[in-house]
Amino acid sequence: MTVILGIETSCDETAAAVVVDGNQVLANVVSSQVDLHARYGGVVPEIAGRAHESLLTPVIAEALVEAGINDEDIDVVSATHGPGLIGSLLIGVSAAKALSLGWNVPFIGINHHEAHLYAALLEEPEIEFPLVVMLVSGGHTMLIEFQDHGQYRLLGATVDDAAGEAFDKVARYLGLGYPGGPAIDDLSKQGDPNAVKFTPPMRNEGLNFSFSGLKTAVVNHVRQNPGVETADIAASFQAAAVDVLTHKVRRAAHEVGAKGICLAGGVAANSELRERTLDICVEDGIQGFLPSRAMCTDNAAMVAATAWWRMQSHGESPLDLGADPNLRLPFVD
Amino acid sequence: MLVLGIETATPQVGVAIGGHEGVIASFHTARDRRHAETLAPAIQFLCAQTKIDLQEIGVVAVDIGPGLFTGLRVGLATAKAIAHACKVPMIGISSLDLAAFPARFSDRLIVSTVDARRGEIFYATYRKTAGGIQRISEPHVDQPDNVANQLNANAEDCIVVGDGAQRYAETFENLRGVEIGQEGFRYPNAGSLVELAHPRALREEFVSPSEVTPLYLRAPDARINWQQRERS
Ligand SMILES: [Zn+2]
Repeated sequence: MTVILGIETSCDETAAAVVVDGNQVLANVVSSQVDLHARYGGVVPEIAGRAHESLLTPVIAEALVEAGINDEDIDVVSATHGPGLIGSLLIGVSAAKALSLGWNVPFIGINHHEAHLYAALLEEPEIEFPLVVMLVSGGHTMLIEFQDHGQYRLLGATVDDAAGEAFDKVARYLGLGYPGGPAIDDLSKQGDPNAVKFTPPMRNEGLNFSFSGLKTAVVNHVRQNPGVETADIAASFQAAAVDVLTHKVRRAAHEVGAKGICLAGGVAANSELRERTLDICVEDGIQGFLPSRAMCTDNAAMVAATAWWRMQSHGESPLDLGADPNLRLPFVD
Repeated sequence: MLVLGIETATPQVGVAIGGHEGVIASFHTARDRRHAETLAPAIQFLCAQTKIDLQEIGVVAVDIGPGLFTGLRVGLATAKAIAHACKVPMIGISSLDLAAFPARFSDRLIVSTVDARRGEIFYATYRKTAGGIQRISEPHVDQPDNVANQLNANAEDCIVVGDGAQRYAETFENLRGVEIGQEGFRYPNAGSLVELAHPRALREEFVSPSEVTPLYLRAPDARINWQQRERS
């Protein structure tokens, strides 16, 4: 039995979790800074750094108490070391390395993207490979073939804005506040998704995405039709975004002969995207894995779960590991 | 009682271990500003060379700034995590106190500075006392010219120390009665941190990790812009 402490500070969530053997979550504490950044309509790096510094120690202490274990029971300490905001990542990495020194246990640095992929396995240990994972959040939009543990192939990515970024920008333009994803999801339920036909760019071109044109189309439509119902616009935008996302994840699953489709990242909490993805899986006779909302958004349980796999394949990380804001997954061709 | 001192509020990374016999071991490097990469291995090295187990440490002292925000937080995150892991209390000491400490034998007014970037310096004034130094003004951030003008108006002999004094040497060196500190003492020293913290630790003037708060002396960037926008 291996008890792993995970730490996640790559963006605007300060999180710590305790996970046993990669899938048994004893504690998963997330302290969101979303209120601190809401007035700016996005994450302010210096505000995030200050909040992580003051929140991390109490969050770690809370996770240990919630897990009902003693410090001595921790076998490994892990932390996200990229990609993300450099000043935020450094706080988690520094704390994790210091805990590993103090407790005299191994330290493992974790790739944030890889952690999102493992979030699904945390809740569904029986998943069969290959799997197509669609990682969609405010910072990332990627289609990845998850071939086996530690083996990934990049199938497609956004050429401009991230999917979540498009939700944030449209929500901001429509005056729905920040973060935009949940706001648009909620309002769309009262709107007509067929009110306006927005065509997302690159819908029928390969597996890459583009979202900035879709955002511009929304802005232009509202300018030309000032009286339009905001709920209809939100629903129509969401329908177009979800349409292109599901269209491409389906095509990707066909191309690689995937046994299942998995969603990851904050946008994976979108109710329309979840429903449409499940429909596709049923129609195509493959498995659909939709992690719980808590596992979609940034958390440290997925970091600790990934560390369990990394421990076996790569062993511990050196203590001079820093943070890499542009860290990439080691994709195979 | 053994004290572990961590100082990363300037371009330098500093670690020291000491106790009643003074500083036992220290490590300093001021190249590359790779605070996060250097700090943990430096602590491990000091412990190995002194054969001191981290669990023997009785208190963790840390530089709480003012200084470079990111470096400062690397030190705080590390110090707090070690204090948590070793279940020991902490002592936070300002970088300005540390920069002033080497000038404690001077009879002059000590003006301690830390380069704040963007054309400003953090500073505070000190006087020597029986046991060391005593701060006599609140820490502030200002342009070097304004600080120089104040010193001029004050007309008291003083010594200006720290990396702010070194960077803006031409602003201070021609003032009457002003001496500039030695270049070798430009950065706060982790050994000074241990020396200053040890007597406080014996008097049990320590706090829990969550009570250690950084001294930023500047609002975060975005907030400054927001306030300006609200005013206009
Ligand atoms: Zn993420």
